[in-house]
Amino acid sequence: MNTATILIAGFGGQGALFAGKFLAYSGLIEEKQLSWLPSYGPEMRGGTANCAVTLSDEPVGSPIVTEPNVLIAMNRPSFDKFEPAVVPDGYLFADSTLIDAESQRKDIKAFYVPATKMAADMGLTGLSNMILIGKMVKETGAVSLSDAEEAFKKFVPAKKAALIEKNIEALKAGFEY
Amino acid sequence: MAEKVLMKGNEAIAEAAIIAGCRHYFGYPITPQTEIAAYMAKRMPKIGGVFLQAESEIAAINMVYGCSSAGKRVMTSSSSPGISLKQEGISYLAGSDLPCLIVNAQRGGPGLGGIQPSQSDYFQATKGGGHGDYHLIVLAPASVQEMAELTIKGFELADKYCMPVMLLADGTTGQMMEPVTFDFDVKPAPEKPWATTGTKMQREHNIVNSLYLQPEKLEVTNLERYKKYETVKENEAMWEEFMTEDADVVVAAFGIAARVSQNAVIEARKQGIKAGLIRPITLWPFPETPFKKAAEHAKAFISVELSMGQMIEDVKLSVSCTKPVYFCGRVGGMIPSPAEVLSAIKKADGGDR
Repeated sequence: MNTATILIAGFGGQGALFAGKFLAYSGLIEEKQLSWLPSYGPEMRGGTANCAVTLSDEPVGSPIVTEPNVLIAMNRPSFDKFEPAVVPDGYLFADSTLIDAESQRKDIKAFYVPATKMAADMGLTGLSNMILIGKMVKETGAVSLSDAEEAFKKFVPAKKAALIEKNIEALKAGFEY
Repeated sequence: MAEKVLMKGNEAIAEAAIIAGCRHYFGYPITPQTEIAAYMAKRMPKIGGVFLQAESEIAAINMVYGCSSAGKRVMTSSSSPGISLKQEGISYLAGSDLPCLIVNAQRGGPGLGGIQPSQSDYFQATKGGGHGDYHLIVLAPASVQEMAELTIKGFELADKYCMPVMLLADGTTGQMMEPVTFDFDVKPAPEKPWATTGTKMQREHNIVNSLYLQPEKLEVTNLERYKKYETVKENEAMWEEFMTEDADVVVAAFGIAARVSQNAVIEARKQGIKAGLIRPITLWPFPETPFKKAAEHAKAFISVELSMGQMIEDVKLSVSCTKPVYFCGRVGGMIPSPAEVLSAIKKADGGDR
């Protein structure tokens, strides 16, 4: 896709912002034009947290994504709030462990991944975000995963570098789902 | 070519300030600009600089006054309610002809308001804000790259004209990350023979002051300052134009509102409406030239703002009310969508197509 307008939404603590950062740094490595815009403030403390990532071959206009062509919904409130906003022919990726609903829309491509359960089964608790990103990357090609490790290294602090391997494992699990 | 890095707008301001030679930061925390202070707290001690969290915004701006008097490149940052607290100090800085950089990452108001983005401090920034006759040079960045560039430009302009410069950003541009390069050729601070650096018993005392009890003298300082402002107006107005050459409907917007408006203008063009965008980069001095030029062919103007309509007054003045100027905006931390701007463009163009 020429311009991916990606919205990642979930509860605070599910790693929506982190997942967005991974996409942003991957885009940077691939020399794309991009922006990353977090929600900030009280909603980050246990409420809904979301971030908007735009990846494009052209200069990015507004960094605000109100009508995403890629939605990653990590919980039910985010699904309910943003699923109607996905543009026709857009993509929806939903964590089916936490979202007991499916889209009724015929004009979007919807994928359901039991990411939270998969993460728990694989000993990757807390990395459902990267499982969903893996699936999204496979279906949309928004970025390539070839430089995933390099992308993580750009924003994961050195003292947490040990966690990169698990993140990559989660990405792959999502990609292969 | 310097490496592209991803940074939040607030962090880019802080890094650019350091590159500009600023080694003194005084501030008090407030959302949504806290990253500036955090960045300075981390970096300044490592490079022989000063980061000081003052006991209040008022203390911080007066520390800026003192530091600038001593001839140093100095800055402070805050967000709307905090900037209100700083107004007395800003008036004193202007009245003493002191250079400094003040960053306002605006949030919704009035009062304590909210913490989401806003542009409703336009009047405060461009028309005074504190007491007395004075202006600040007001710079309005619309991207992370520009936050870095205008920070450096801000320090240079402040020193060039001996006056405070305000970087008028907002919550969104401060919080968003975009690629940025720090490939700058910084003009070093000029000699400041007026600075209070100690006489070493070799010169007369320098006095930095804004108090003139004799009205004749105070009048002269005002008149001279306004001569300086005329020079600034003639030389420093900056703006960017997007598809304005043949535009029927010209949108005026700065900062994040300009980013949204650009999307709307592109969509309008796709739908066959000749729309264009003028993005003021300096809000004071306000770039009148492109508006005068556009008024020769445009049917109408629309001022798109995150306020109840403040810049619209300068747009009207710039076109001398020769063409209608409409308003489109959201407030309270809300941001107009490209669709809302597009519908305003259609209306100004003469009804839905």
